[in-house]
Amino acid sequence: MNDSEATLQKNIPLAVMPPKRPKSRVIKEKEKKNETPDEGASESAHPEHIFPLVLTSVTQELFGCRADEDVTGENPYKLLRKEDIVQDMKTRAAVSDFSPVKHIVLEYPEDELLLVFDRDFTYGQCFYLVLTVEAKDNMMKSPAQADDDEEPMKDEEEHVMEPKTPESHPWISQGSEQEIEDESLTHARPRLRYKISPLMRHCGAPVCFSDGNDGYVECSSYEDKSFSITRMERDTSIQASRDTTHSSTQTLWKYPKNMCTQYEPREFSPEEKEHHLRSENLKNFITSVAIRFERSLQQNVISDVFCDDWTVLCEDDGVPTGKTETQLKEYQSFMDLHFSREKSISHVHWHPSISGVIAVAMTERLSLEERIDNSTKLLLNPSYILFWSFTDPINPQLQLECPEDVLCFQFCPSDPNIIAGGCINGQVVLWDISAHVERLQDTRSGGDNISNNLDKDDVIPVVRYCAVSGIENGHKAPVTDIQWLPETFELSRFGIPVENSSRICVQMVTCALDCCVLFWDLRLPRAVSQSLTDVKQKSEEKPPENPHGVPNTFKHLNLTWKPFIRVSLPKIGSTGEYSPLKFSFRDNTVDYITGDKPPQDAEREEVCGFAQLRVPSAKQQKPLENISTKLYVGTEDGELVYTDWKMEKDNDSGRLFSAKPTHQFLAHHTLVNTVSRSPFFKDIILTVGSFGFAIWKEGVMSGPILMSACSKVMCTIGHWSLTRPALFFIGKKDGTIEVWDLLQNTHEPSQTQNISTASITCIRSSSSCGKHHLLAVSDRIGTLHILQIPWTLRKSSNNEKKNVRKYFEKEEERLEYFEKRQIKHEKHKKEMEAEQLKKKTEPAVPLKPDEELEAEALKEYEQFLALEKIVLKNMGLLTDTIDQSDL
Amino acid sequence: MAEVDETMKRLQNQKGVQGIIIVNAEGIPIKSTLDNASTVQYAGNIHQLLMKARGIVRDIDPQNDLTFLRIRSKKNEVMIAPDKDYFLIVIQNPTE
Repeated sequence: MNDSEATLQKNIPLAVMPPKRPKSRVIKEKEKKNETPDEGASESAHPEHIFPLVLTSVTQELFGCRADEDVTGENPYKLLRKEDIVQDMKTRAAVSDFSPVKHIVLEYPEDELLLVFDRDFTYGQCFYLVLTVEAKDNMMKSPAQADDDEEPMKDEEEHVMEPKTPESHPWISQGSEQEIEDESLTHARPRLRYKISPLMRHCGAPVCFSDGNDGYVECSSYEDKSFSITRMERDTSIQASRDTTHSSTQTLWKYPKNMCTQYEPREFSPEEKEHHLRSENLKNFITSVAIRFERSLQQNVISDVFCDDWTVLCEDDGVPTGKTETQLKEYQSFMDLHFSREKSISHVHWHPSISGVIAVAMTERLSLEERIDNSTKLLLNPSYILFWSFTDPINPQLQLECPEDVLCFQFCPSDPNIIAGGCINGQVVLWDISAHVERLQDTRSGGDNISNNLDKDDVIPVVRYCAVSGIENGHKAPVTDIQWLPETFELSRFGIPVENSSRICVQMVTCALDCCVLFWDLRLPRAVSQSLTDVKQKSEEKPPENPHGVPNTFKHLNLTWKPFIRVSLPKIGSTGEYSPLKFSFRDNTVDYITGDKPPQDAEREEVCGFAQLRVPSAKQQKPLENISTKLYVGTEDGELVYTDWKMEKDNDSGRLFSAKPTHQFLAHHTLVNTVSRSPFFKDIILTVGSFGFAIWKEGVMSGPILMSACSKVMCTIGHWSLTRPALFFIGKKDGTIEVWDLLQNTHEPSQTQNISTASITCIRSSSSCGKHHLLAVSDRIGTLHILQIPWTLRKSSNNEKKNVRKYFEKEEERLEYFEKRQIKHEKHKKEMEAEQLKKKTEPAVPLKPDEELEAEALKEYEQFLALEKIVLKNMGLLTDTIDQSDL
Repeated sequence: MAEVDETMKRLQNQKGVQGIIIVNAEGIPIKSTLDNASTVQYAGNIHQLLMKARGIVRDIDPQNDLTFLRIRSKKNEVMIAPDKDYFLIVIQNPTE
């Protein structure tokens, strides 16, 4: 635009003189330029690429661009060939119109130049030549565009303007910032700072204040009523905040205090009770109320209203299906090659606390003569008690060395590490295996430890006995039975049960074929304490010798041990004594006053506390009531003897002797090999003889409540089942076991099973063996069989105990009935005999002669006839006439 | 006195009776065939139960009153007969 203005001003003709032009044309041109800025910009301006040119008519005709003929205002462009122009220049040299642009034409790169007919003389000449290629292109395009633009431009104006992205423009002030600038506070000048400080000499000097009214004028503000400015606007800031209050509290501090209360129920004094009991009120109350009670009580007895018949019915048949086996299944069997050869097992006992461990006593199978013959050999082969564990069926875990063959042994109930046994020579032996308990317990855990204990397994530990009784003091015959007294009571010297303060088993009972039952105490009697102190001193001087690695538990007893009670069994009715084989006493429990029980730790303390324990003096001990001191003893001759172990003092000699047994009964005709109490009923005893068994009830003295028929095979051992009250096992000489179920059959066993080929010597069932219920059966050839008790034989039904008890009661009643009948029968018999006797001793009646007898008979007959007549007359059936005629 | 004894004896001789307790209205036992500890325990507890039971009965119908209370448990049955001034407790084991 500026250029256009500028060029207008300098519309100075160039070297080629253009014709003068009227001003109006120039104005027109200007106007035109405004319309078509594109064309105007290129035409009016005489840019470098435009060269105004005059072409003569000759040239015009030559090039075919005659004005207004070839080229018109609409079509002003004409392309001229460069060669033609050059030709023309050559031919006409200086006259050629193109001479001024000669060099340009020659330099022109392309072949054709553009000649534009300048009708309006915009560049001052009729024609102009476009000198550059670009301009030529622009020319060619722009008019085409201009032609195109003119037409559609009108159309565009009708359409909406194309949306363009807003371009940012610099901000144009409209005047709004003035207000802000007015409001804002700016410092017009920098702040002035003054620092006022007193002179140094005044610092620290004492100050003297005084009133200073003079010398200053006060101008205080006052409110002028004539002039007031109300503040129209005010700048304040507001902040919202919550209501706050300030408050405080004080709490009471309650600190914990120990408090206790004690209460007791209200009770009446005896007088008050008496008073109440005598009152009329109570009497009436009782009498009125008793009827209700009686009715209800009887109702209950008649029928149990709440009994669920359905459940009770099914429980009896509650045998889970699938468990139909009734046979004893063999679980394991133990036989040691070294020690069990040629030997028989005399006694078997499960370890009371460690499950899976069983102890077995081996004895030689020799009769007395053979023993004497082979005595030297026997001395070299000591006998052992072997401990077997289920984890190792080949090697026994522990061996207890015995001085002689042990016929019976027992674990101490309160301390399972102590074992007492009775030998064949009458000695009583004690072992302490506490050193080896871990080994036994390890084996229980199974194979895990075996690899660790390989070195241990090579040598089976042999435990020597701790103590052995003195030979002269003990039995003089093989000890056949040994049992521990429970820890609940102990016996004094007289056999009176007294309270056991130590709460551990300290006493045991043995019996042997030498006709006595001996009571042994593990503690030293007080009388010996004197000498013991000497012994103790001796032992303290030199360290206690421990040959064979024997623990010192019972060193105080070794070889000096003697029984403190000797119960002999004199025969009732005849001289001599009973020779006991087995015995059984009642397992008594004692109620403790709870305060008296000593702390357990003190008791579980060392086992060697036995050495320190002393038999307490008789005065200190408190006798206990409710303990039965009676013993059942089975003898060699087949009798069952019931005796009391309490000793009585013979007033004459001052010696203690035992009372005669109260009862004896010849139950079996050969030796009694088992006397055992039922674990469920404390008063039921099973005795087994050679040909049968018998069941006794304590207190019933007339005979056994059940006696079995004679069996073909000899019975060797009997054992109650620990889980079923009605079941017991009988071992036989041919190696079979009979299972007797009292609720099924009493005349024959419910089951028979052959276990081994040799006779059974011992049967024991275990109570603590985990989920297996096992029966240990030992036989005469030295094998120990462990059998599993099947479900039927170990699961008791609900009412089994009740039923068995009823059965026993019934049997008892039967016995009583028989007794009574017996008595009655005897009485009757006696009466019969008396009568017969009487008859015999009466004088004979004299015989009357026959005539007299006839006369008597006739007289009777006549009397009878008279009587008949009277009767008939009275009845009105007789007619006098007939009667007289008959007569 | 004799009548009381006689009645008690008669009740005691019934089958399965384990104990008899005579208690006054406040729950203090007067006479009993059981040991002291059990007596006191029974008397105290049953007294409370009795009060509650009687309260229930009279609450539902004020004209009604409790005459007899039987408590059946697994092991035995306790029978209680209340009165204005006393109550009597009998413990029986019926399934023996």
